[in-house]
Amino acid sequence: MNYLQHRISSGIICAVAIWVCWISFTQKPAEAFLFPRIIAVFFLLLALWTFAKAMLGRSKVGNGLSMAAAKNLAPGVAITGIYIFWAAKTLGFYTASIFAFFILLSLYDPSPNTEFRIWMKRGLITAAFIAIMYALFAVVLKVYTPRGMFI
Amino acid sequence: MEFIYYFGEVFTPISMLLLIGGTIGGLILGATPGLSPTMAVALLIPFTFQLTPVHGLILLGAAYTSTVAGGAVSAILLKIPGAPANIATTLDGHAMALKGEGAKALQLSFISSLFGGIFGVLLLIFLTPVLAEWALAFGPPHLFWLAILGVTVIGSLESNSVVKGLLSGCIGMWLATIGFDDMLGVKRFVFHSSLGGGVNIIPALIGLFAIPQVITMFAKGRFDQDTSRIEVKKHPVGAAFKEVFKRKRALGIGTIIGSIIGLIPGVGGQIAGLVAYDQAKKFSPEKAKFGTGHSEGVIAAEAANNAMVGPSLVPLLTLSIPGSPTAAVLLGGLLIHGIFPGVDLFQNYPEVVWPFINSMLIGQVLMCIFGIYIASFAARVAQVPKSVMAATVLGLALFGSYAVQQSMGDVYVMAVLGGMMYFLERFGFSAAPLVLGLILGPIAESNFVQGSMIANAQDGPMIYFFSGTLNIALIAVVVLSVGYSAWSEITSRKVV
Repeated sequence: MNYLQHRISSGIICAVAIWVCWISFTQKPAEAFLFPRIIAVFFLLLALWTFAKAMLGRSKVGNGLSMAAAKNLAPGVAITGIYIFWAAKTLGFYTASIFAFFILLSLYDPSPNTEFRIWMKRGLITAAFIAIMYALFAVVLKVYTPRGMFI
Repeated sequence: MEFIYYFGEVFTPISMLLLIGGTIGGLILGATPGLSPTMAVALLIPFTFQLTPVHGLILLGAAYTSTVAGGAVSAILLKIPGAPANIATTLDGHAMALKGEGAKALQLSFISSLFGGIFGVLLLIFLTPVLAEWALAFGPPHLFWLAILGVTVIGSLESNSVVKGLLSGCIGMWLATIGFDDMLGVKRFVFHSSLGGGVNIIPALIGLFAIPQVITMFAKGRFDQDTSRIEVKKHPVGAAFKEVFKRKRALGIGTIIGSIIGLIPGVGGQIAGLVAYDQAKKFSPEKAKFGTGHSEGVIAAEAANNAMVGPSLVPLLTLSIPGSPTAAVLLGGLLIHGIFPGVDLFQNYPEVVWPFINSMLIGQVLMCIFGIYIASFAARVAQVPKSVMAATVLGLALFGSYAVQQSMGDVYVMAVLGGMMYFLERFGFSAAPLVLGLILGPIAESNFVQGSMIANAQDGPMIYFFSGTLNIALIAVVVLSVGYSAWSEITSRKVV
């Protein structure tokens, strides 16, 4: 049980709740914020309760994030972030997906990286994935995805 | 018996194709560890845009039914429940597989799912119109309280901490207020251009259910791979049917318990399977055999988790209160097709609702047939490496959320909500109440605003919202559900 993590997370939620409450009670016209005000009050009360519990060291639901898990997920989350927030629009959905899929597959595949056969397998799986996505979205559903530098 | 008139729509070529595709796809997705029925249905919603509402719902209904049943494949062969609903199936199912009875266990699970599922859908057919007629008495204040009830029930029952469950519901309801106010057109909480149109339900659903699963797979690291596959030896299907009929008690207990639990909003199939397993064990003369690979354990658990599917849609279709997280996602699917469940659903959209319900009946039969014959193939799918699974789900989430409105803003919303949900889950929050808050928030707000206007012209909001038998009954249920969950938590020495 990581109490510090609980304190930080509940503190962030509490800060969001205070901000929501502040906006709801200060923005005009008041009629448009009538329902958000009710929600904001309950949001703030529950967030304060959770924060108080965390500060007193009595948050026992949820185990937080271990250092090992954080190290494992860090590269995957970084690739995902680059893929969604930059590459998809800049390179084009399909090109970005090829890179992201192949990199994630290589990062989390337990097979040894020294064998050529394994790299070929990863490449074939990536090609199959992209072919299915293209057939599904471009051909069947006719979704026009951002092209960027490539497709 | 109105439903009989609408059976024709289910047997059209396109409906049958979708039903078969949804069933096979659902079985495969269900057999894949890490892909819950809720997530599978959420990922499928973008594909229904190109379809008519009835066809879209047939696809989602087939996927819902078969993912729950398909989860038994990995539960039995890999001891990894494909869905939370299949936890009880692992207890005896995997023990049977270890004894070389994997095929028999799979057949028993699909056959008992068939009986449980058909009973559950029949309950849906006969109970829903009765409840819908009763629901005609509901006005704006009652609908407001119903929406609040939906959030509080799931918030308090689906979460390990009542306060965190309710807080999740509040966050969801706040997210629902982002965008332009319907009445005055005022911007609310729009702190980024992506939020100009509000938080679209579908990208939010995909993000909240799929992205945390992807990050969880990342967090397990490169070398955390699952167990080896057990060989599935052939077993005659006729013998499996005979075995199910021989174990009528377990089948009956599973079916009845699953149906009752399905009717209670917020109580999922996971509980149905475990309660049915426990009761089947209590009433069995062969108690000692449970846990060692006893067929009654598999039959009771699987009959229960599929019997729960139909009744879980009764409160959804009549009162807009989803009976399970997957039903909450289905509610999103209904709303995006412009169908608002509730009091007049069966009067306004009989041509959509009845074929949808009827298709679930046919879907149960298809699920059993395909389930038995593709079980060994599905077992191979269940072994798809986590790396492939994570990358595939991520790709589907990106394309699926973009396809909704062809907007990058939706993709960003999906990613941010997904990342946020992963971290919230680590601290005891759950996605189901948040999603429900997001879906029911606009229903609560519109009825609150409408009710307030009527109240101001009459006796004032206090009397309008807090008096009358129905209002008081609904408020009492809200208080009772929260109070009961808090009391259970305190008595089980959990921290609120």
